[in-house]
Amino acid sequence: MSHAIRFNLNGNPVSLPAGNNRTLLWALRTDTGVTGPKYGCGEGLCGACTVLVDGKPVRSCSFPLNDVVGKNVTTIEGLAKKGVLHPLQQAFIDHGAFQCGYCTSGMLLTAYALLQENPHPSRDDIVTGLDHNLCRCGAHQRIVAAVQTAARQAGGRP
Amino acid sequence: MTQIVEPNRRDLFKIAGGGVVIFFGLKPLAEAVAQDWPRYPSDFHAYLAIGADGRVTVFSGKIEMGQGVLTSQAQMAAEELGVPLSSVDMVLGDTARCPWDMGTFGSLTTRMFGPHLRTAAAMARGVLLELAATRLDAPVNRLRAKDGVIAVIGAPGRMVSYAALSRQARIARGLDKAPPLHTPSEFTVMGRSAKRLDGVEKVTGAAKYAADIRLPGMLYARILRPPQHDATLKRVDTAAAEKLAGIVVVHKKDLIAVLHADPEVASVALSRIVTEWDQPASTLDQDTIFAHIEAAAKDVQVLQSKGDVTRTRAARAFDVTFHKGYVAHAPIEPHAALAEVKGGHATIWASTQTPFPTRDEIARALNFKPEAVRVITPYVGGGFGGKSRSIQAIEAARLAQVTGKPVQVEWTRADEFYNDTFDPAAVVKIRSGLTDANRIAYWDYEVFAAGGRAAEIFYDIPNLRVRSAGGMSYEGAAARKGLHPFGVGPWRAPGANMNIFAVESQIDTLAAAAHADPMAFRMAHLSDPRMRRVLRSCADAFGWKPAAGPSGRGVGMALSSDAGSYVATMAEVKVDKQSGKVHVERITCAIDMGVVVNPEGARMQTEGCLTMGLGYTFAEELRFKGGRILDSNFDTYHLPRFSSLPKMIETVLVKNDALAPQGCGEPAITTTGAVIANAVFDACGARLTRLPMTPERVRAALLAQGT
Ligand code: FES
Ligand code: FES
Repeated sequence: MSHAIRFNLNGNPVSLPAGNNRTLLWALRTDTGVTGPKYGCGEGLCGACTVLVDGKPVRSCSFPLNDVVGKNVTTIEGLAKKGVLHPLQQAFIDHGAFQCGYCTSGMLLTAYALLQENPHPSRDDIVTGLDHNLCRCGAHQRIVAAVQTAARQAGGRP
Repeated sequence: MTQIVEPNRRDLFKIAGGGVVIFFGLKPLAEAVAQDWPRYPSDFHAYLAIGADGRVTVFSGKIEMGQGVLTSQAQMAAEELGVPLSSVDMVLGDTARCPWDMGTFGSLTTRMFGPHLRTAAAMARGVLLELAATRLDAPVNRLRAKDGVIAVIGAPGRMVSYAALSRQARIARGLDKAPPLHTPSEFTVMGRSAKRLDGVEKVTGAAKYAADIRLPGMLYARILRPPQHDATLKRVDTAAAEKLAGIVVVHKKDLIAVLHADPEVASVALSRIVTEWDQPASTLDQDTIFAHIEAAAKDVQVLQSKGDVTRTRAARAFDVTFHKGYVAHAPIEPHAALAEVKGGHATIWASTQTPFPTRDEIARALNFKPEAVRVITPYVGGGFGGKSRSIQAIEAARLAQVTGKPVQVEWTRADEFYNDTFDPAAVVKIRSGLTDANRIAYWDYEVFAAGGRAAEIFYDIPNLRVRSAGGMSYEGAAARKGLHPFGVGPWRAPGANMNIFAVESQIDTLAAAAHADPMAFRMAHLSDPRMRRVLRSCADAFGWKPAAGPSGRGVGMALSSDAGSYVATMAEVKVDKQSGKVHVERITCAIDMGVVVNPEGARMQTEGCLTMGLGYTFAEELRFKGGRILDSNFDTYHLPRFSSLPKMIETVLVKNDALAPQGCGEPAITTTGAVIANAVFDACGARLTRLPMTPERVRAALLAQGT
């Protein structure tokens, strides 16, 4: 019989059936109503499914549900606090750093983790940090500018 | 004069939400709108409704896939209606609520649909003015509409809001004559940069895409795909898959699918299906395809003809053949749909660029009347032409009909590559010559399999012939039969990417042969003042300094005329001669698209075009063996990424308010291949004639010219 996997999702405790080698992306999307993490490639190649596990970005399409037991999982839905956009989110809007928006949640969470690690990134740091997130619409230039703005505004504190 | 017409859609208020509803019948609108294409049907369609709260709802058959038309259409309606942008709500791509539309492609939304929408909004303003005239007891010509309020000019306090007028009556109207549209000098909403209305939803994860819609009891489907396009199934055994608890197996004609409440279990089930296929062998691959295309591309059309292209005496000849491979659309969102079939009706949420044609196709597949099928289009995660066909929506509808449950079909990335309607591989052959005075003497151009878009020459050349063989990529299966081993279809600016690559590369070759600066050479052959102005604007912004190529500086240019817009692009590159790697330092693009609805949106689209274009320029080329697609994910098929892009892509919007809005989502991408090829030539003297320009091909070209 399938046991339960308990963890915190965007600050709220959840419990999901463990099933048979379930993957975090599909468990979230199917069971929790959280659809911000997107399927793009299923093999860790595009970053659309990025979520934070205890603050670290992971590719949820290739991350076992089992491995989040007792941990904090943050998806894009958990980035704004009490309806107030995170500076990164605001910067994405101000710079128009998205087109179709499908890569956006992965971009934002990857950038968020990047700024946690490195509050004063150079342009090259941002390019390297986001290089494994794909955007087909070509919003790259504006994404880099948005991350730079957010870093400046946060005064190094994301 | 107001003419009250009884709409033949009695549920107009129900679907539009009441208040004042503005619809149009074809006749008044066709007269009001200069362009009558695409043909909107003659029954009445609600375009916009003004609610009792004063909020305006706009209904449009166009869909939002990243190109920003949610916002630009709202701007157009707000402008003509005289309301703030913030009071406009958009309903897009819902076949039950929106006026019919052919589909969102071809940079047509602003160009072709825009005039209809603006006219409808202007009509609404006219109706409201008449209502206000009665209410305020003043003639219409003494009234002014602004910010959702109509006031009597010079009589402060005598005013009435749109909201109050809408509360007063439920009214559905059209006019026999539309008031004139606002001119650019009158604009208060159009022509100004607007933040995208979908911004907050897209940065918070609230934006819903087709695969994000949930219905109780829904099943997730995984579909069996043949190993290659021309394979036939000899044997299939689903017994092992059926052993999984809760699995539903469907085998209906060509459709073999496994469904489960957990998509991962469905994937496991799919992997347990045992199959045997007949797989014909083929010699066609990404290198041998070109000879095949040249031989198989029949049906030659002459697109342009002038003088005599056989008069080649007294001219130095420059004959070249250009090649380009198949390119995938590869939106990050794969095709997805959720279908529910209940009580003789079907509702399908689909990732599609063509809600109405898709509705009709679904109706045929289910044997339903089109009225019994509703397609709803949530946000689309990129299309680029690839979601013009939406087979996944038909698959979902069929599976929902068979199982009696709501069914989601979300293609895997491998499905997406397998089912893609690729930008076709293509060949261009050019015979051209220079006179002693270094003028282009003749130009004989033939394109195979890409179609003729942007093939026609805008330079002054006395002897000219432009031909296209094998038809456009989107002319349907019959025209392509035998030409391609798998599906092809429209890909952002279909055909134009190949044609501009070939034309502008060759113009550069001729300029170099003439020892002329590429800009001066082009100017000497250009009399179109609009193109001259665009080129000059680009050169000013880029800081073009005249020199004959190859100058060693690595700068290049390319011009294009596409979707009604004119484009000039310049780029600077560095070529590493050892590795053959090319790095783009910067790109400047000047574009004249007539009146610009949303300048910031136009810049975004142009940057997106150039960024995406660098993909087909440097790396994107499908690998295949006959009907077998060898690329199935982004590990072998490489999209542009942050590190491969220039630090700076600059867009210059060349003001042209005298011209109605033209295309914006495609024109700039057509210049990418040529501008880079020309910059590479300028850097090192190597002329690349095949896209993509991989490092190996750059190295080979360098060797060929003995550097
Ligand atoms: S879906 Fe997980 S990395 Fe692409
Ligand atoms: S905005 Fe469309 S994929 Fe990035």
